[in-house]
Amino acid sequence: MQILVLVSTLLVLSLIGYYLGRSRAVASVSGEASRLHSLPGYYGLYVALWCGVPALIVLLAWLSLEPWIVERLLVASLPESARSLPSDRLALLLNDIRNLAGGNIVSRDVDPELRDAANHYANMRQIGTWAEIVVCLALAVAGIALGQRYIAPDLRARNKVEKVVMAFLVISSTIAILTTIGIVFSLLFEAIRFFRLVPPSEFLFGLEWSPQTALRADQVGSSGSFGAVPLFAGTMLISFIAMCVAVPVGLFAAIYMAEYAHPRFRAAVKPVLEILAGVPTVVYGFFAALTVAPFFRDSGGFLGLDISSESALAAGVVMGIMIIPFVSSLSDDIITAVPQSLREGSSGLGATRSETIKTVVLPAALPGIVGGVLLAVSRAIGETMIVVMAAGLSANLTANPLEAVTTVTVQIVTLLVGDQEFDSAKTLAAFALGLVLFCVTLCLNIVALRVVQKYREQYE
Amino acid sequence: MQLANSENAAKDGVGMPEKTGNLTTESKAGRTPMVVARDVDVFYGDKQALFGIDMDILPNEVTALIGPSGCGKSTFLRCLNRMNDVIEGCRVEGRISVDGQDIFDRALDVVHLRARVGMVFQKPNPFPKSVFDNVAYGPKIHGLSSSKDELEEIVMTSLEKAGLIEEVKDRLHQPGTGLSGGQQQRLCIARAIAIQPEVILMDEPCSALDPIATAKIEELIDELRENYTIVIVTHNMQQAARVSQRTAFFHLGKLLEFGDTDQIFTNPSVERTRDYITGRFG
Ligand SMILES: Nc1ncnc2c1ncn2[C@@H]1O[C@H](COP(=O)(O)OP(=O)(O)OP(=O)(O)O)[C@@H](O)[C@H]1O
Ligand SMILES: [Mg+2]
Repeated sequence: MQILVLVSTLLVLSLIGYYLGRSRAVASVSGEASRLHSLPGYYGLYVALWCGVPALIVLLAWLSLEPWIVERLLVASLPESARSLPSDRLALLLNDIRNLAGGNIVSRDVDPELRDAANHYANMRQIGTWAEIVVCLALAVAGIALGQRYIAPDLRARNKVEKVVMAFLVISSTIAILTTIGIVFSLLFEAIRFFRLVPPSEFLFGLEWSPQTALRADQVGSSGSFGAVPLFAGTMLISFIAMCVAVPVGLFAAIYMAEYAHPRFRAAVKPVLEILAGVPTVVYGFFAALTVAPFFRDSGGFLGLDISSESALAAGVVMGIMIIPFVSSLSDDIITAVPQSLREGSSGLGATRSETIKTVVLPAALPGIVGGVLLAVSRAIGETMIVVMAAGLSANLTANPLEAVTTVTVQIVTLLVGDQEFDSAKTLAAFALGLVLFCVTLCLNIVALRVVQKYREQYE
Repeated sequence: MQLANSENAAKDGVGMPEKTGNLTTESKAGRTPMVVARDVDVFYGDKQALFGIDMDILPNEVTALIGPSGCGKSTFLRCLNRMNDVIEGCRVEGRISVDGQDIFDRALDVVHLRARVGMVFQKPNPFPKSVFDNVAYGPKIHGLSSSKDELEEIVMTSLEKAGLIEEVKDRLHQPGTGLSGGQQQRLCIARAIAIQPEVILMDEPCSALDPIATAKIEELIDELRENYTIVIVTHNMQQAARVSQRTAFFHLGKLLEFGDTDQIFTNPSVERTRDYITGRFG
């Protein structure tokens, strides 16, 4: 609460700084703004930045360091008997003190000593907060004063402000990159822990997947087997079926839209396809599980085929439908990007429209289309909801689309739902699966982006 | 009626200038026009771009279309092989015949028309295929060759006629888009002549090229005249004077003057033509 007030006060001060800086800049050239190096607004921003940025940086540092320092001080003030406790007991005690100070329930009897400590702690927090407010406000005001002093007609306020803006941009992108790296590393470390329990060769090449680890050592079947091949085979099978549906339909739809459709028809239909792309995948999931799968099972029974009610076919087909708009809108963009002059050149030689499309437009667009399809494949591989609902859980190693299979993503979900011990092979297996899946989609994306890029170079 | 007149005039060998409105048509002795346009109006939506164009284009001659930007030269050129068909809202009225055949005849397949009336565009537009495949494209879709050897021969002679063979003979299977601008344009000309058209339309074929490449193409046009009828749009007066035998001057969608190039450039009969040629407007 206090922090919120503090931050808004800082913002108000910055605003004041802005107007002060601006008017001072204008005053410094006695109203002739054209004699200033930059527009007056930049001088305002310059002062506002001086006011806000140092104060905010200090605030952030303070907020992250204060609990740690206060804890140190608290431990130092505790009696010798408490300080010599083992670290986990000490942590428990500190927790109780914090809870007592915050007015929450504590896990032990409240003796005067504990209460003293809690009061001491609350006091320190109080002082800390006030000190923080005072320091930040003082910094803000000092910033305004300093910024004001620097203002002169030939101050390059515009360049300075731009530098600060650039620093912000750099920091933002660094954060984005660092989080990605962080995620990858956490995946990597957990996966390494898993590979200490299960050798990588068994994981990557094992043909059996039954991740049941025993809770007690004397239980039957006490160690599960972690061969990931059936999962990847299932993923590939379903993605393959999905692409068999999505690529032809999406591509032909794109060709029709880009080359034949009347502009008005195109304007009406494109948004509809985009709506298809906006349907949440969980909706596709129950569509697959409740409508498509029973339909396949029944019609299979009619034809004398034995289709299980959870089949790779149903999941794959629905996933394909989900990906159609993805393929079609990417291909549509790429086909329309083929220069009109090529089409004219071709029809000028007496080619019909379909000859032109077949022999000139599609070959020219092919690299881009391939790139789009690869991106779609990596989406299919990472897709979870549809397969969780429609593909089943049994890790069959089969190429028969009529049977139930399971995929990497489905297994990750089942491994992690429910109560888990965090260091069992079963839980850690999810990270290993995630890592391999990540590597596969990463490679696909890199290849796809390179292909698309190469295509872009061809016609600026 | 007019059509009959001019044809008769041509057959009778009457060398007399014939006046139709502000149009001067001269028919050279004993030559039937290759392309005859009569009273051609073109509309883009409600906007009229061409007004009553009459023109006879003689075989084995280069006819240049000149005039200020936006006057309808490209529009007229594109009428001759019905490339305007694909433009939304474009409507052509009047009569045009190529080699005696009405091109708006319902029985006529526009694909065949375009095989007979080839086109070279302002910007070189080779397909992103190999040099060989670029030239082989037309013959393949029209089935002009029965064997691989025959196809190869067609490609080679076309490249030779286009004066490109020396430069590309050891890169026939590299992409046509990798050639220089001037080479690309000659590749497009080779591509057009590979299907043995009767008429070749060129819309500012040299506007993207340097003087040397331009000179090469002009030379080429002069050679091609032996076998083809050529219509060329150009903004370059010297070019029109150099390569063409007949010149048509368009202004605001009307054909103001049409006659021998020598006469138009030395002694134009219309004031506006003189102003345009001497650079006083346009
Ligand atoms: N696709 C089109 N839609 C609508 N109007 C068009 C279209 N193409 C051309 N026009 C109009 O028709 C008129 C003639 O255009 P055209 O392209 O034939 O001129 P041009 O003589 O070739 O000019 P330039 O020398 O600049 O190429 C112009 O007024 C132009 O605005
Ligand atoms: Mg033009």
